[in-house]
Amino acid sequence: MINQKHFTAATKLRGLLLLAALLPSLASVAEAQQTGSVTVRTMSTPTSIFVIRNARIVTVSGADIDNGTLIIRNGRVEAVGAAESVSAPAGAQEIDARGLSVYPGMIDAATNLGLLEIGAVAATVDTTEVGDMNPHAQALVAVNPHNASVDVTRVVGVTNVVTMPLGGVISGQAAIINLNGTTPGEMAVTPSAALVIDFPRAAGGAGFFSQPQPPNLTETIQTRDRQIERLRNMLRDAEAYGRAHDAYRNDSRLPRPDVNTTLAALVPFVRGERPVMFRAERERDIRAAVRFADEMKIKPIIIGGNEASQAAPLLKERDVPVILTGILDLPPREDDYYDVLYENAAKLQRAGVRFCISTGDTGAQVRDLPFHAGMAAAFGLPRAEALKAVTLYPAQIMNVSDRLGSIEPGKTANLVITDGDLLEARTNVRYLFIEGRQIPLVSRHTELYDQFKDRK
Amino acid sequence: MMVLMVAIGAGGVETAAQNQRSGAQSGVRGGVSSNQQRVAAGETLIRNATVLTVSRGTLPNTDVLLRDGKIAAVGQNLKAGDAARVIDATGKFVMPGIVDAHSHSMMDAVNELTLSVTSMARIQDVLNPTDVDLYRALAGGVTALNLLHGSGNAIGGQNTVVKIKYGRPVAEFIFPGAPPGIKFALGENPKRSNVTVVPGRPRRYPATRMGVAEVIRDAFTRARDYQRGWDEHRAAAKRGDKNLIPPRRDLQLEPLVEILEGKRLVHAHCYRADEILMLLSVADEFGFKIKTLQHVLEGYKVAKEIARHGAGASLFADNWAYKVEAYDAIPYAAAILMRAGVNVSLNSDSDERARRLNIEAAKMMKYGGLSEEEALKLITINPAMQLGVEARVGSIEVGKDADLAIWNGHPLSVYSRVDATFVDGEVFFDREQDITRRPTLERERQQLEQLEANRPPPQGGAPPSVPRERRPAYGHDDDVWDGGDDHR
Repeated sequence: MINQKHFTAATKLRGLLLLAALLPSLASVAEAQQTGSVTVRTMSTPTSIFVIRNARIVTVSGADIDNGTLIIRNGRVEAVGAAESVSAPAGAQEIDARGLSVYPGMIDAATNLGLLEIGAVAATVDTTEVGDMNPHAQALVAVNPHNASVDVTRVVGVTNVVTMPLGGVISGQAAIINLNGTTPGEMAVTPSAALVIDFPRAAGGAGFFSQPQPPNLTETIQTRDRQIERLRNMLRDAEAYGRAHDAYRNDSRLPRPDVNTTLAALVPFVRGERPVMFRAERERDIRAAVRFADEMKIKPIIIGGNEASQAAPLLKERDVPVILTGILDLPPREDDYYDVLYENAAKLQRAGVRFCISTGDTGAQVRDLPFHAGMAAAFGLPRAEALKAVTLYPAQIMNVSDRLGSIEPGKTANLVITDGDLLEARTNVRYLFIEGRQIPLVSRHTELYDQFKDRK
Repeated sequence: MMVLMVAIGAGGVETAAQNQRSGAQSGVRGGVSSNQQRVAAGETLIRNATVLTVSRGTLPNTDVLLRDGKIAAVGQNLKAGDAARVIDATGKFVMPGIVDAHSHSMMDAVNELTLSVTSMARIQDVLNPTDVDLYRALAGGVTALNLLHGSGNAIGGQNTVVKIKYGRPVAEFIFPGAPPGIKFALGENPKRSNVTVVPGRPRRYPATRMGVAEVIRDAFTRARDYQRGWDEHRAAAKRGDKNLIPPRRDLQLEPLVEILEGKRLVHAHCYRADEILMLLSVADEFGFKIKTLQHVLEGYKVAKEIARHGAGASLFADNWAYKVEAYDAIPYAAAILMRAGVNVSLNSDSDERARRLNIEAAKMMKYGGLSEEEALKLITINPAMQLGVEARVGSIEVGKDADLAIWNGHPLSVYSRVDATFVDGEVFFDREQDITRRPTLERERQQLEQLEANRPPPQGGAPPSVPRERRPAYGHDDDVWDGGDDHR
């Protein structure tokens, strides 16, 4: 079977309906799965077979192959290796990649791509629900596959993003998507990849200047503590809810427990079956989030992590990964060293903390992802690590490294072929594949360029 | 290093003239005079670097000699005096200091939002030389900034061009001889499109692009009248008429008269192609020139009209979609405009982005296929020309100001960073020094934290007071909205 989707506890809870349908016209297998309100349906398997020859293949997980051959079939990398070790199947389309390099597609693990078209126009923004506790808000539901950022981002070599809701305390559920597909379901890699919690802190709202700090520090701290207590109670309720429904399923003589979609959405996360992303920048907030996750026995991922290196021993000991979104932010404090965030990734890497690099962008500037990694490399992160930080590491952190993040036989054929170093700004992408389909290198921007470049 | 008080300039005659002019202006209203510049005396010899001159190609294994704040020589095996500081730059790159043609750094205010025409407001009155973002820009190889009024008003305030002499008094920042300028703005910001309407409070005129055009036409109509009044008065005085009453001075219209007389540069914030054409036609109608179109995101649609007018274009590399009028922005705009014959620069409009304008320039090699040299020009000589300071900065040439940076790799590579930045021959950023002094700073910080006033209450300290935030760093939010002042 192609592209097996995860079955989620939440959907099991509701009685999962699994459909396996044959698309007769293409004579290939597709699957569908009901998760929340989105039907996840893999696109029909591409029938084209590609053989890429004479390429430098940067596998990321293993050694580079200088004169390599790579076969794409059924949406996957079928074979990869030195030219003499790989033979092309009959009917394969040949791509001569002499002088070019093949990389796995880049992955940005913290964006809102697809949820927002134009930031200043509220009607086009679907990032933030009303209220503080929205565990049932699913980013995937609101992803617009035709958002202009999809094409604009993928043509620079970013093939996958995590797109996530914003705001409140529990913001909702993040999805991992391919930047290709005509429905949200077709784009989905993992429909519900993680719960997003904007961990309550004493410094005001999520945005740096979005809320003026209340004048009374004691009050601010009390507000934070109350929010954490509410969060704790809700997660405990979800545990109890899960247990009650399990018990009822095993013994129908028990009183039937109430149905509550908010709590039901939380069950897989409080059971540690899926990770929880905690947005936290300051050292004390990162430590508090890790403590809280320990206490609740949930699997944490830190997003943001501006001061993560100061909590590095703790993060390493608990094996908590960090999605760095602030490499290119201005230093938070006036007396910070000018490169405090540039060198954040290098510090985490040296300390042995699992991390990846993200833009943290709403969509339009996700295409800057390679330059965030490049800046980290300019300030001490080894170049090979910088590349991993936008390919294999986000795949590992988001539990999709069995499919994404490196070039290995059996993995999804999300590949970028370039004329230079993937992270360099001047490098051109020559070919792009997502799930083994060749993606045309066009976007809203190339179309406008073509329309106006020769105007006399 | 010894520091002297010297008047400097590209040439003695020109300097005197420039100083006279700026002196005359500042004399009128008591501004900051720029003729008390301190420059580094003595010599620095940068040895064996790859020199990206920008104007004369790339020179491998080349020395650059800085003397008394100027570039004294560029060549091989240069000799310097015994007292010279010698820097071995083997394997490193020297490029001109980056000129950022659109910045709001070191400004304690950005937008005087009360009126639609605020030509009397001056940025030079609100400069904060201790803004730490200046140091961060130096660490990105930036040496000069065009400090612009915000984009909230159709005709905004007067800009100031500065050299980043971080740590010095404001007077030393003022770029000597830089022609005066002013900010204009079109589109969503002056018509206040993205501002919540407060019920019961009247909206400010203009609220449409029609109104923006009329505000500008009205202002220049009044300015022309005002100019005529003074011309007539001067003519009468010259004739020897007695008992003349001079026209009442108008500080709003005076800068507009300077525009009409070609003495003040117009830097106009704009987005849509139609509003760009509107401004060019209003300028033609009144007989003045637009020096630069700022942002000019749809300028690529009307590149030939912009070229015909002779306006420069100062763009973002690839920002788009943050508001409706930015939705048609494309990263190929610089290439299209450049090929149409327009002088193009890339600017930051952001304390954050200012630190990596080299990468913004490198992107233009991908989008539209610019050469290395064309890409470098976008952040050096081209913006210098747009600000009228190209005789002094923007390229590595003998006689120009010693404003440059040493990079540890090619500045168009994402893997490179700045080792040192010089302004007027003096080091204002030195990475090695920055790192060397960190242990001392750490100790000092720890000592401060031990002071009773800084201890937390449980350890016997006083209850902490919440510090007032310093003014927020300006992102491109300035363009989304109109400048941090009223909106963040």
